[in-house]
Amino acid sequence: MKIVRIIAVVLLVLAGISVICARWIAPADYALQFRESPDAAPSAHHPLGTDELGRDRTARLLYGMRVSLVLAPLAALVATVLAGVLGGIAGCAGGWVERGCMFLSDLFLSVPWLFLLITVRAALPLNISPESSAAVTFLLLGLLGWAASARVICAGAKSLMASDFAWTARATGFSGFKLVRLHLLPNLRGPLLAQFWISVPVFILAEANLGALGLGVTEPLPSLGSLLREMQSMVTLRPEPWQFLPILVLIIIVSSFQILLNQQEVRA
Amino acid sequence: MKRIFALGIALGATLFFGCLPLPAQTGGELRFCLRSEPKTLNPLAVNDDASETVRYMTGGVLVRVNRVTQKIQPELATEWTISDGGKRVRFKLREGVRYSDGTPFSADDVAYTMQQLMDPALHSSTGDAFRSGEGSVTTRVVSPTAIEIIFPAPVANVISLFDTVAIVSQKSPLKEMAALGPFYVAEHKAGAYLLLKRNPNYWKKDANGRQLPYLDAVRLEIEQNRDIEALRYQRGEIDLINSVTPAIFEKLSGETTGLVRDAGTSTDTEQLWFNQVASAPIPAYKRAWFASTAFRRAVSEAINRDDLARIVFHEHARAAVSVTPPTNTFWFNASLKPHPFDPKDALQRLSQEGFHLDNDVLRDKDGNAVEFSIITNAGNKPRESMATMIQQDLKKVGIKVNVVTLDFNALLERISQTYNYEACLLGFLNADLDPNSQMTIWLSSGDDHQWNPKQKSPASGWEAEIDRLMRAQASSMDQHKRKEYWDKVQKIAWEQEPFIYLINKDALVAISPAVKNAQPSVFRPQAYWNIEQLALAR
Repeated sequence: MKIVRIIAVVLLVLAGISVICARWIAPADYALQFRESPDAAPSAHHPLGTDELGRDRTARLLYGMRVSLVLAPLAALVATVLAGVLGGIAGCAGGWVERGCMFLSDLFLSVPWLFLLITVRAALPLNISPESSAAVTFLLLGLLGWAASARVICAGAKSLMASDFAWTARATGFSGFKLVRLHLLPNLRGPLLAQFWISVPVFILAEANLGALGLGVTEPLPSLGSLLREMQSMVTLRPEPWQFLPILVLIIIVSSFQILLNQQEVRA
Repeated sequence: MKRIFALGIALGATLFFGCLPLPAQTGGELRFCLRSEPKTLNPLAVNDDASETVRYMTGGVLVRVNRVTQKIQPELATEWTISDGGKRVRFKLREGVRYSDGTPFSADDVAYTMQQLMDPALHSSTGDAFRSGEGSVTTRVVSPTAIEIIFPAPVANVISLFDTVAIVSQKSPLKEMAALGPFYVAEHKAGAYLLLKRNPNYWKKDANGRQLPYLDAVRLEIEQNRDIEALRYQRGEIDLINSVTPAIFEKLSGETTGLVRDAGTSTDTEQLWFNQVASAPIPAYKRAWFASTAFRRAVSEAINRDDLARIVFHEHARAAVSVTPPTNTFWFNASLKPHPFDPKDALQRLSQEGFHLDNDVLRDKDGNAVEFSIITNAGNKPRESMATMIQQDLKKVGIKVNVVTLDFNALLERISQTYNYEACLLGFLNADLDPNSQMTIWLSSGDDHQWNPKQKSPASGWEAEIDRLMRAQASSMDQHKRKEYWDKVQKIAWEQEPFIYLINKDALVAISPAVKNAQPSVFRPQAYWNIEQLALAR
């Protein structure tokens, strides 16, 4: 298992270096269209070929990773923190507090996101930069994506509150925030981390679908989601392995993080 | 010896009969997809593509415009005359025709149809084309096989408008479901399919006297997803696709020859326009840019149309000149050529208006950086790609473009109600060859005068001139005079560029080799306009 951890670390370091040094590693600007060679196969000039508009795939993958791998985890963090706070409070307090929090969670789960997002799009100015549109998109995903996780955290918190060590802690005088911070949160770390890691790829894919509403990362800025969206058409998808790199990158990075974090959990 | 003689006779007979043309196959069920559920089966209230498909195959019309020759052919009307300065049309009707349920057809049905069509309560867009002036459209039944239709004012190209008027029965208990066309609606499962069966009383026969249509039935499956539609076509589950995207066309043509056909340049256009509505919630300095002809011409010259046609449409498109494509041979102004791709000239034009480059950023005379957004409908891949390419083209002349894709309803709301947008990239589907069908676009008071609709009075001299020319062509019965007026409208539009026409797409269809007698056309409905003559080889 040690070798697996080393591989995971190496892959993450490589991904991190690629993302940070995209500007120097990329063979071309991600927006530049080499119109004489659209849909080109890999070559010395374009290691991963070009897309349908002649843009270098390597550059788009590197910058796409930067957008998605920075913003999706941030959005997942927002969602997880909200889920942790509301779910934790609900599970610890019980009674009407729990009912109120779960009602709020049900409301968020039943609200048709589509109309909410269309309304948000209508309220936003049309002339926002691609970077701002990316930030707004992932922030929205974070603010809307906490509800399902909150229910899981609430159930976990309730279960912990009924456990022996929690009773013992309360009997020895721990209560309120101190009880939560010293005894409950460390034991909820597992479910919270699980919810966090589930959310990262979900938000990357959700961002791609939001393009249909005018949200999402706008052209010419790429994201992993928009690169994945290119593979949407079953009919026109060509059997060219380099087209599948975005999904491979996503799987590798998420899996590497999970391997490392699982090890940390075992040690703890 | 006798054996050799008999063998010779047999061989000769085989050769002789083998050279004769085979009679057309008859029978079978043609299958293809509708992209949405038809909103209505009332042929007089049709306003969407799916309903139009059903109307085309079930409705009997007085005349039909041949989609290949562009000539008017007699159908239920065998002859017609126009008199009284174009206000009176007399049709002589075909005798012995019956509806699909056996109800006899007569001039009373034509009178009833026109009465229904012009009823304001129906809100028929088909009827709108006949509203030529104040007053109502009346009819006079001369005899069971002759009818006069009287308009309050002349209607330009009035005969061809009857190509879209399905004659409904006044007497049939089935009402508008009784069909005079080659098929009638036999089954309808909402959300799933419609089954049209051959009309046993269809009047038309082929050259050999065989009753048409050749097909027994047409099954229309409801399928929104173009990819699934293409997959079903590949698997042989459907027989044709009326319109395929360039990407699917390339994919299918690469797999097997004969599966897809490029019928040529269609009448559909893709264009970009700027918001010139005075009350639009956009900064005044931007409104000033968009109102400037030099600005619009410069943007037009900075866009590489050939690249759009080559890359986005895989060469299945041409640089557009005007709303009328060259394939509309009579109405196209052949003296006009596409605006050249010339970024240098574009910058020259802009500099004459006070624009200047400042570190690769174009600024106006007040120092405002030239930046605007282009909205287009999300989910339309070619349009999204075009917008991205235009973004790059305009970047080279220092203009920053933000591409915003919106869902269609939100986009329509912005361009027709709130006017909260700066530039829009959309396409027009031109079903009618005659420019009279575009009155609502070119009249400054028109709802579809997209860059500045519903004006109380024309905002500019050139729009006033277009108004005058459009009214002149609408009230003239002289086709050549009308052509002159329309040529002038095209010239003004070419000079002023309220619409920056980008490309004319080709009509791309997929027709299975098993479908016989198919003659794809660039005019709608491209693949099945001669539905009664289509046959299946099984």
